[in-house]
Amino acid sequence: MKIPFIWTAIAAGLALLPVVLPSNYYLGIMIFIGLNSLAAMGLCLLMGYAGQISLGHAAFFGMGAYISGILSVSYGFPPWLSVIAAVTATALLAFVLGVPILRLQGYYLAVATLGLGIIVYLVFMNWTSLTGGPSGLSAIPYLALGPLSFNRDLKVYYLVWAVVFLALACGHNIVKSRVGRALRSIHSSEIAAQAMGINTGRYKVKVFALSAAYAALAGGLYAHYLTFISPAPFGFQFSIELLVMVVVGGIGDLSGAILGAAVITLLSEILRDLMPHLFSYGAGEYEIVFFGILLIVFMIFLPGGLVQGLDFLRRRPRVMAQR
Amino acid sequence: MTLLGSQILQYVLSGIVVGGIYALIAIGFVVIFNVTGIINFAQGEFVMFGGMLAVSLNQAGFPLGGALLAATLLTALLGALVERAAIKPAKTASISTQIIITIGASIALRGIALMIWGTDPYPLPSFSDGPPLVVAEAAVVQQGLWVIGVTLLLLVGLHAFFHRTLLGKALRACAYNSVGALLNGISVSRMSLLSFSLSAGLSAVAGIVISPITYATYDMGSMLGLKGFVAAMVGGLTSIQGAVVGGLLVGILESLGAGVVSSGYKDAVAFLVLLALFFLKPEGILGGKAKA
Repeated sequence: MKIPFIWTAIAAGLALLPVVLPSNYYLGIMIFIGLNSLAAMGLCLLMGYAGQISLGHAAFFGMGAYISGILSVSYGFPPWLSVIAAVTATALLAFVLGVPILRLQGYYLAVATLGLGIIVYLVFMNWTSLTGGPSGLSAIPYLALGPLSFNRDLKVYYLVWAVVFLALACGHNIVKSRVGRALRSIHSSEIAAQAMGINTGRYKVKVFALSAAYAALAGGLYAHYLTFISPAPFGFQFSIELLVMVVVGGIGDLSGAILGAAVITLLSEILRDLMPHLFSYGAGEYEIVFFGILLIVFMIFLPGGLVQGLDFLRRRPRVMAQR
Repeated sequence: MTLLGSQILQYVLSGIVVGGIYALIAIGFVVIFNVTGIINFAQGEFVMFGGMLAVSLNQAGFPLGGALLAATLLTALLGALVERAAIKPAKTASISTQIIITIGASIALRGIALMIWGTDPYPLPSFSDGPPLVVAEAAVVQQGLWVIGVTLLLLVGLHAFFHRTLLGKALRACAYNSVGALLNGISVSRMSLLSFSLSAGLSAVAGIVISPITYATYDMGSMLGLKGFVAAMVGGLTSIQGAVVGGLLVGILESLGAGVVSSGYKDAVAFLVLLALFFLKPEGILGGKAKA
C-alpha cells in the first residue's frame, strides 16, 4: 500500500511532538485525542460508510473500559489479555444486539441505540458488586508487555498513537475493499444494495460490531492509562461528543474522525479553562452550548466536515484557474 | 386491602401522574412529526424552559397564574425560533442529518439554560395547598391532580382545535398530504412553524405542572424528553390518542418497575419497553396512518 506523503509527515510530527510539549498536561491531552480518535473512527465506519446512526457509542467505550478493568482487577488477568478479551466480548455483544437493532432504520435505530447506551450506563451505576457503582473501580494495573510497563504518559502516548495509526490503516483497507464498497452501497440505497445481491443485514451487523470493537479498544486503553474508571464519562453526553467529533471532522472520511477528535478535545479543554472566567456559576459543562451550535452549523453549512472544507480550500486555486 | 395491593395501587397512581406528563410531551412529538416528518430531539428542552421560565417569572413577582401563562407563551416563541434557525435550513436533508441537527439544538438550549440558571434546582409553588387525595390507602398529592386535570383539559382543547378551527384543520391537512395542502393554499412552511410553537407550548405546560413536584433544573428536559419520545413511539408516533396511551403505559410501568424491582434501574424501564416493542411490533401498539 502506498502511504500518502501527508500521513508520513503527520506521523513524524506526532513522533517528535513530545520533545516540544512543555509538560505532561499536554501529553495527557494528546493521549485523550488518540483515544477519542479511535472511538470516533469506529463511529465513522458505522455512520459515514454504512450510513447507520448510533447515539449510544459511549456504552461500547465504557464496556471496553469496565470489562478490561474488572478482568484485571478482580480476576487477575494480565492487562493486555484483559484488553483483548474486553474488545472481543464487546464486539460479540454488539454483534448479538445488532441483529435485532440494525433491522431498524432512521429514528427507530437512533432511539434504540440511545436506549441501549442509557441501559448500559445504568448497569455501570447499579451493578455495584461488579463495577463498584458510582464510586468506580480503582487500582487498575498499567498495561505491560514483558518488562516494558506503560506507566508513564510518554510511553502511553506512543502506544496509543501507534494503535490509532494501525486502526486507521485497518479501517482504510476495509473501506477500500469489497466490504467497503458494499457498505457504501447500503449508505446510498439499501434497496439497491439488496437488489445487487448484497446481504445488507449481515454487513450492517458486522460493521456495528467492528465499530463497537474500535470504541472498546479505546475504552480498554483508557482504563489502563488512568487506572481508575467511574460511570460518569460513559454517559449520553460522551455519545454525543463522539457524534460531534465525527460530524465536525467529516462523516464520510476516516481520517476526518481523527481531525474531529483533535478539534473537539482541544476545544473542550480550552472552553473548560475559559468558561469559569466568563460565568460566575460553579463548574458546569458549559462547553455543550458550543458543541450544540457546532453540530447545527456543520450539518447545515458544511455537511462534509472539516476534511471536505480543507479539501475544497486545497483545490480552489485549480478550480479558479480552470474558469 | 393487603399491604402489597395498596402498594401496587400507589405505584399505579404515581405512574398515572408521571404518565400524564409523558403523554403531554409525547403529543408534542406527534404534532411536529405529523406536520413536518421530523423527530425533534430538542423537545425535552422545551419542557425544561417551561418549568424554568415559570419559576423565574414567579420569583420576579408575577402572580403564579400569570407566570405560568407567560412561560408557556415564551416557550412557544422559542419553539418558533428553533424551527426557523435550525429546522427550516435543513428541510430537505437526510433523516440522520435532521437527527443530528435537533440534537445540536437540544444541547445548545440546555447549555444556554445552564448559563442563565446554573445547576441549582428551583422550586415552584404547588398550584393549590391541601391534603393529598387518598384512594384505598394510596395517596395522590394535590399537584398530581393538577397534572391529570391539565392533561385532560388540554386533550379536550386540542381535539376542538384540530377538528373545529380552520387553523387546526390546516395542520391536519399538512399531516395527511403536504402537497395537497399546498395546492389548497395552505402555507406548509407556516404550518411547520405553527407545529413547533404549539408543540413547544404543550411541552412547556408539561414542564410547568411537574415542576412543583420534581423542582426545575437545567437538565430536567433530557430524560423527560426521551421518555416522552418513547411514549410517542409506543403509541405509533402519529396519533394523539396513541401518545396518551403510550404516556400512561410508560409512566405506570416505570413506577411499578422502580417500586417492585429496583429504583436504580427506573430510567431503564422505558427503554426496555421500547426495545421490546421494536422487536415485537415495530409499528407501535396503536400505529397507523398519519392522524393529527
